Amino acid sequence: MSVAARIAPQAGPALLQMRDIRKIYGAGAAEVRALDGVDLDIHAGEFVAVMGPSGSGKSTCMNLLGCLDVPTSGAYRFQGVDVGALDRNQLALLRRHFMGFVFQSYNLLARTSAVANVELPLIYEGVRHAERRRRALEALTSVGLADRAGAMPNELSGGQQQRVAIARALVTEPPLLLADEPTGNLDTVTAGEIMQQLVAIRQSRDITIVMVTHEPDIATWAERVVYFVDGRIARDGPPAEVLS
Amino acid sequence: MRAFDALAMAFQAIAGNKLRSFLTTLGIIIGVGSVIAMVHLGQAASRSVTAEIAAMGSNLLFVIPGTGQRGPGAVRMPGAPFDMNDVRAIEQDVPGVEVAPSAMHASTVVYGNVNQNMSVEGTTNAYFTVRNHPVAIGREFEPGELNTGAAVCIVGRTVLREFGIEDPLGSSLRIGRTSCLIIGVLAEKGFSMGQDRDRLILMPIRAVQRRLAGNLDVRSMYVSALVDGTTARVRRDIETLMRERRRIRPGMEDDFYVRDTQDIAQALEQTGATLTLLLGGIAAVSLMVGGIGIMNIMLVSVTERTREIGIRLAIGARTSDVLMQFLVEAVVLATLGGLIGLVLGLGGTWLVTDRFGMAFAISPGVMLLGFSFSVVVGIVFGLFPARKAARLNPIDALRHE
Ligand SMILES: Nc1ncnc2c1ncn2[C@@H]1O[C@H](COP(=O)(O)OP(=O)(O)O)[C@@H](O)[C@H]1O
Ligand SMILES: [Mg+2]
Repeated sequence: MSVAARIAPQAGPALLQMRDIRKIYGAGAAEVRALDGVDLDIHAGEFVAVMGPSGSGKSTCMNLLGCLDVPTSGAYRFQGVDVGALDRNQLALLRRHFMGFVFQSYNLLARTSAVANVELPLIYEGVRHAERRRRALEALTSVGLADRAGAMPNELSGGQQQRVAIARALVTEPPLLLADEPTGNLDTVTAGEIMQQLVAIRQSRDITIVMVTHEPDIATWAERVVYFVDGRIARDGPPAEVLS
Repeated sequence: MRAFDALAMAFQAIAGNKLRSFLTTLGIIIGVGSVIAMVHLGQAASRSVTAEIAAMGSNLLFVIPGTGQRGPGAVRMPGAPFDMNDVRAIEQDVPGVEVAPSAMHASTVVYGNVNQNMSVEGTTNAYFTVRNHPVAIGREFEPGELNTGAAVCIVGRTVLREFGIEDPLGSSLRIGRTSCLIIGVLAEKGFSMGQDRDRLILMPIRAVQRRLAGNLDVRSMYVSALVDGTTARVRRDIETLMRERRRIRPGMEDDFYVRDTQDIAQALEQTGATLTLLLGGIAAVSLMVGGIGIMNIMLVSVTERTREIGIRLAIGARTSDVLMQFLVEAVVLATLGGLIGLVLGLGGTWLVTDRFGMAFAISPGVMLLGFSFSVVVGIVFGLFPARKAARLNPIDALRHE
């Protein structure tokens, strides 16, 4: 808990605050400016869709928001804490306690049952077995998969796997959910179901959701769209405005 | 993360991918198993050599015609054979000895429809005490049989087995063209140094000379010093006597030589040392191969699991959590493999020693060494690539294909 206290919220205007963030891959002629001066504020409780053409820097931005990667330059504050000043371990604890991730490719552990996958973050939190199992089953129930708890990932459909991933991301009750193209591998019907799931989650608890998508249909589920072009934010506003 | 959870996680990972786990432990199994088998076999072999020399008795001397072999590569010149007068001369002139002559002759031996080529040894009753190999059933040679060279023989147990002789006393073997009555069976001596000491046929020396060899040669003599500690003196006396009898002038090289069990022990010890070195070399190589196998599989396995490590890092595992997981997994796998290798190594040793009639004994030091070396190799090579992966940026680990 001491670490949680260290990175506990201080009075600040935004939950996430990026200032002049740059991420540069390679050097010289091969240099790629994946992010080229991004300023972004996201407030607690927002549901933000990140859009833009392929290669515009959406995933790069998400990875920086989720502390999976560090920027080349610029400042990133999470709940007012300067993330750039944290070491590797503190970043891990930040992810553990404050962030949940959902990926396009689900990223479940193979040969590990759905409920065991959901339990995983709680193992690292040091939660005891019985309590862990109870909370994991609760999370699976909330995504409508209670009856598939014992199934292995390869026995589940894409939509079901993504719902297990959502349950895993939410089981620690983090204030921030980051989803990079969560419906990218799913058909439209399943994608719609996943979006309904996210909306329901948002209504049932205090959570901020940032979601990457390149489909306008999916983006309209959000309240705000941030549109990237060439590593910069080109437009930012309500879906109807940005997507017109 | 709780220690119990780390252990449970390791067992899950091991059980979850049985083929990978098996391949990882295989290297350790081979490493531990071969080291334990090789070294134990080497030890068993030299123990049986020692036992053999002890069984021969420390007071035994061999007197053999020809120049002695001095060092490897030296040429041995043949010498004239002895005869029964030499045997009697040693008996009379060297105090405190018993002498058994030996005349070997390779013959075809037939019993019923079994037909074997065997060496038949002609000797006297002194053989049974000098070679410490008594008659168990039946009797020794009678003076008359020795004087006339009667067609009688005393055989070892293996001969009975090989020819399928059920009722030996009174049965006859055909040796060469002679029908030879079995009058005795030797006590069982067993296998030693790969030689079956029960596969022999003894006849009165005159019988071998007259009926098989067609000469009066004595090919070698076994001499036993009756009093402990007199072997060196007896040896000198025999050398002096034989030089006289064979008219070797001072300064000339002997055309016979005397070997005692000490000489033989030394020669065998040298062979044993070479054997142990050889087995040790093989063991070292297989341990190395095992180590490389472990390393390969561990490297492949961790590379294959880079994405898993990425997932764990993303959901909040620290570098130390991931390392702990892989460490526990490596320790469990290596220990498991080490134990299996231990059992297989001992089993293999037991099979071989049992087959060749060697004593089976366990050396805890060797077991500990082979076991701990392989386990350490397993842990080091399991941990090293895991450390590499755990230090990656989570996103780089996640992107890994
Ligand atoms: N690890 C990397 N190494 C080099 N270039 C990268 C790496 N990751 C992303 N890029 C480049 O950065 C740019 C932005 O990538 P990304 O954020 O994945 O785009 P998006 O998610 O919007 O499709 C692309 O040009 C991509 O090729
Ligand atoms: Mg992307």
